[in-house]
Amino acid sequence: MNQEKWVVGTSPHVHSGDSVPQVMQTVIWALMPAAVLSVLVFGWAALLVMIVTTLSAVLTEEVVTRMRGRSSAIGDRSAALTGLLLAMTLPPHTPWWVCVVGGAFAILIGKHLYGGLGHNPFNPALISRVFLLISFPVEMTYWPHPTPLFGDSGLSLSQAFGVIFGGHYPPGMLVDAITGATPLGQYRIEVGLGKSVQEALGGSYGFDYFKATGGMIGGSLGETSAVLLLLGGFYMMYRRLFTWHVPVSMLVGCLAPATIFYLVNPDHYPDPFFHLVTGGLILGAFFMATDMVTSPVTARGQLIFGACCGLLTYIIRTWGGYPEGVSFAIVIMNSAVPLIDQFTRPTVYGKAKNSKK
Amino acid sequence: MIEAVLSVSGLALVAGLGLGFAARKFQIEANPIVDKLEQSLPSANCGNCGFPGCRPYADAMASGGAPINLCPPGGKATMEALAAILGVSPVAMEEEEGPKVAFVVEENCIGCTACIKACPVDAIIGANKQSHTVVTDICIGCKACVEPCPVDCIEMRLVPKTLYSWSWAKPGGEHATLH
Amino acid sequence: MGIALSVLRRFHGGVHPPENKAISAGAAIEVMPLAKRLFVPLHQHFGAPCEAVVQTGEKVLKGQILGQPQGFVSSPVHAPTSGTVVSLEEFPVHHPSGLPMLCAILEPDGEDRWLPGLKGLEDPEKAEPAAIRRLIQDAGIVGLGGATFPSFIKMSPPKGKVAELLLINGVECEPYLTCDARLMEERAGGIVEGIRIMLRALQTGECVIGIEDNKPAAVKAMEVAAKADGGRIRVVRLPVMYPQGSEKQLIEVVTGRQVPSGGLPVDVGVIVHNVGTALAIRDAVREGKPLISRVVTVSGRGIQRPANLEVRIGTPVQDLVDHCGGLKPGVVKLVSGGPMMGVAIHTTRAPVVKGTSGILALLAEEVPASREQGCIRCGHCLQACPMSLMPNEMAWLARHELLDKLAEHDLFDCIECGSCSYVCPASIPLVQYFRFGKFAIRNRDQEKKKQEISRARTLAKEARVAREQEEKERKKAEMKAGMAAKKKAQVEQVPDPSAVPSVSATAPAGEAKSASVAAVPGGDDKAERAARAAKSAAAAKAAKAAKAARQAKDAE
Repeated sequence: MNQEKWVVGTSPHVHSGDSVPQVMQTVIWALMPAAVLSVLVFGWAALLVMIVTTLSAVLTEEVVTRMRGRSSAIGDRSAALTGLLLAMTLPPHTPWWVCVVGGAFAILIGKHLYGGLGHNPFNPALISRVFLLISFPVEMTYWPHPTPLFGDSGLSLSQAFGVIFGGHYPPGMLVDAITGATPLGQYRIEVGLGKSVQEALGGSYGFDYFKATGGMIGGSLGETSAVLLLLGGFYMMYRRLFTWHVPVSMLVGCLAPATIFYLVNPDHYPDPFFHLVTGGLILGAFFMATDMVTSPVTARGQLIFGACCGLLTYIIRTWGGYPEGVSFAIVIMNSAVPLIDQFTRPTVYGKAKNSKK
Repeated sequence: MIEAVLSVSGLALVAGLGLGFAARKFQIEANPIVDKLEQSLPSANCGNCGFPGCRPYADAMASGGAPINLCPPGGKATMEALAAILGVSPVAMEEEEGPKVAFVVEENCIGCTACIKACPVDAIIGANKQSHTVVTDICIGCKACVEPCPVDCIEMRLVPKTLYSWSWAKPGGEHATLH
Repeated sequence: MGIALSVLRRFHGGVHPPENKAISAGAAIEVMPLAKRLFVPLHQHFGAPCEAVVQTGEKVLKGQILGQPQGFVSSPVHAPTSGTVVSLEEFPVHHPSGLPMLCAILEPDGEDRWLPGLKGLEDPEKAEPAAIRRLIQDAGIVGLGGATFPSFIKMSPPKGKVAELLLINGVECEPYLTCDARLMEERAGGIVEGIRIMLRALQTGECVIGIEDNKPAAVKAMEVAAKADGGRIRVVRLPVMYPQGSEKQLIEVVTGRQVPSGGLPVDVGVIVHNVGTALAIRDAVREGKPLISRVVTVSGRGIQRPANLEVRIGTPVQDLVDHCGGLKPGVVKLVSGGPMMGVAIHTTRAPVVKGTSGILALLAEEVPASREQGCIRCGHCLQACPMSLMPNEMAWLARHELLDKLAEHDLFDCIECGSCSYVCPASIPLVQYFRFGKFAIRNRDQEKKKQEISRARTLAKEARVAREQEEKERKKAEMKAGMAAKKKAQVEQVPDPSAVPSVSATAPAGEAKSASVAAVPGGDDKAERAARAAKSAAAAKAAKAAKAARQAKDAE
């Protein structure tokens, strides 16, 4: 017998077949229904925002990996996912340059500055959104009413181009007429002026739970349909990307105090369902807080992390300086992840105190 | 103005006196790092490093003169320990083929016991006028026995790689070179 | 009642690799014909290697001891058939290093004649436990699940520990492997007989056989056999989950207890044995037969005719492959054992040993190769780890060789089951990092120990030299004094005829040797010895001259 050329790697010799690109792709698929709906709800402009942001993120990734002397990492789709996630947190009429800056910031500062995928302490999409919100407060809090893609009131494709790339609306379209406060913003402004929750959201504002659940309200691209986002979240759990711990504890962390305060004073505090279907709570709980790189790895740690994210969200929404607190809450908690991981180490088999009988 | 100058000067004076006092009071006679370095060396005093013994070598390293990779008996592990004590980065050992031990070519040995006398760890056995043998497990590979042999019958041979001395290699992944 | 739970527990983590048992599950055990040559390694067990007790050219009988165990944790190796030991040499074996091991190479004489005098116990169930243990030890029986730990040690609980439950491991959680399943289906009666012997030896009455429920036929057969025995033995079906066949996990599932870290199963009152081991114990105790063959699954999508073969220890893998119709084109990897914990085969010349549960021929599609990427902290390894470790952190520590930290992170609790590597989306070879870490720590500790020993020896030598020097000085002084006194006395009598040879004067070593050898009195080979001595003296002189010349040259 002469030379044998067998592969002689170490065990295990079989593999589940999971890969990083596949994980990222699954999240992108899970995000698709909500993304498509946001285009239907907000029109062509939303599609342009997504495309510009994602392209910016992907191009930045390519440039940075080349500068760092690495092989191209576009194939792992993490940059595309970051771009898309960032786009979902932006208002529907975000100017192109904000999208470009945001996508580049997310990849360059949010990820590669820390050493690339797997090393970033903060969720790149969220840290970029926070950066944009602080740097460009006007552009980032400009909330057009839903203008369905196939409706009469919406912008045509060329008009959308004008809005995103030129910053000008078609003649005869009054900016004030097409924009308004998000439900959370409306609640904070009006209740801050001394009105009750019912007065603030009812009347001329006309908040409707059914519309909110279905996504027909003003807000970021991803703050729209609770139902479709949940669908995506369940799909990811079905594919075992993450366990229930983070999303459930985050929802509970936000809705439990909401329920308590609502029961104490329903005039001043909106009901928990309002908190659930408006703003980015579900997007945050299922797509942002569950980001693998920036959330704890232990089950107990995930529960603590999620609950704190939810609680912080509620605190910022109710008493903070911004009407929406999901991104701030998650970014703050991201910084605590290494600590949480250290304090929630699992009990090793055979090392429990009562294991010896 | 004058108060500021005075107060700062006063502070400086006090601090200076304090430091001077501390330097005298807590003075340490020997350089503690030399002791630490010596502890990390095999203390076989074989002289392979080119210094008369382990202590002189430690002295030379502490005063900044000598490189840290001169001790073949200690091998890579010792070099790394020295690097850690001195706070320098590890350097490659000169011998990269692997550890070597002495071997007596018995048909040439005349039984003069010169090597036995030279061995710092008593790893060579044999009596006068009888062929000698190196106990491989004890030999530290210091080569101290090679030179004294009048008939050049001691060779340094590579320690054979067997199933039992084999170790798993570190996976050479993308990240092996990172950080 | 006993300590086994009526409702099973679940162990933490685990994975579900594709079972692939259907490939060979239907193939009944067939006895493989005797190979042309057998290569019997002298170290087939966990513990110290054996020492060869036969010589090249020696004729041996089937069941004769080839290798004698060294130390307590060791196990003898027997001749699998009668024939001639043609050589004792280093030969390739299944080892991750690919390095060879000392093997006895046996050429069968075809008679397959047993060593006379091998005999078991008439009525093992009334025998002394010590007698049973002795037979198990002498038969060279080791854990046939793959860990190859000498079985007699497990059969003798240490003082103060009681074996409450005998847990028979029929889980066979490794994908592909079906040898245990076939054994249970076809030889359930023998297994139960072995169990009864073990219960006698352990002096316990409770026994559970754990079988995963993907082997319904095996469960059925064992249930029938257990019922025939009458109630003592309980068969439990376990939901499929890798690595349930690992001792610690199986104990947790069946008893709810966890073996303490660094402890033994007997610490929680359990003794675990594989079904194949039970059968081997039956043969050893009933008939006095040593362990010289085992059942091996030959499977994988790359083998022409998957099979379960009863093979003599020492049969080369190539013979098994040939017996099964050869390999299909496209086989990239051969594995000895299961795909999760088995060893990749370097060469098909290597033989089947006691721990070989399977030979798998795997196609490229079965063993996907991928490059290691950076960790994305997905935490899947933590979810999969049956020991509740943090593989992601351990791998990071191993990569950076932070060995002390690594040990603190419970590295030595890792059972190397491969679940973490299996699920890792970044294809990080976690298990290899842990093995590397374990070896690095062990090597470092050994190195340290060696240095301590060297240090102690140096000091001892220095002390001795100093003592000898002192002694010499003292003797010299004494002698001088004595001589002076003598001289004084002599001066008065006769003048000294010859000078007393100086102690320090030494003749050149070479000449001294030749002189001394030449002076050896008597003997038949006196002349020859003298000649040899002269020759060696001449050689030494020449070498010395050469050395002097070289040194002179160097000096120039």
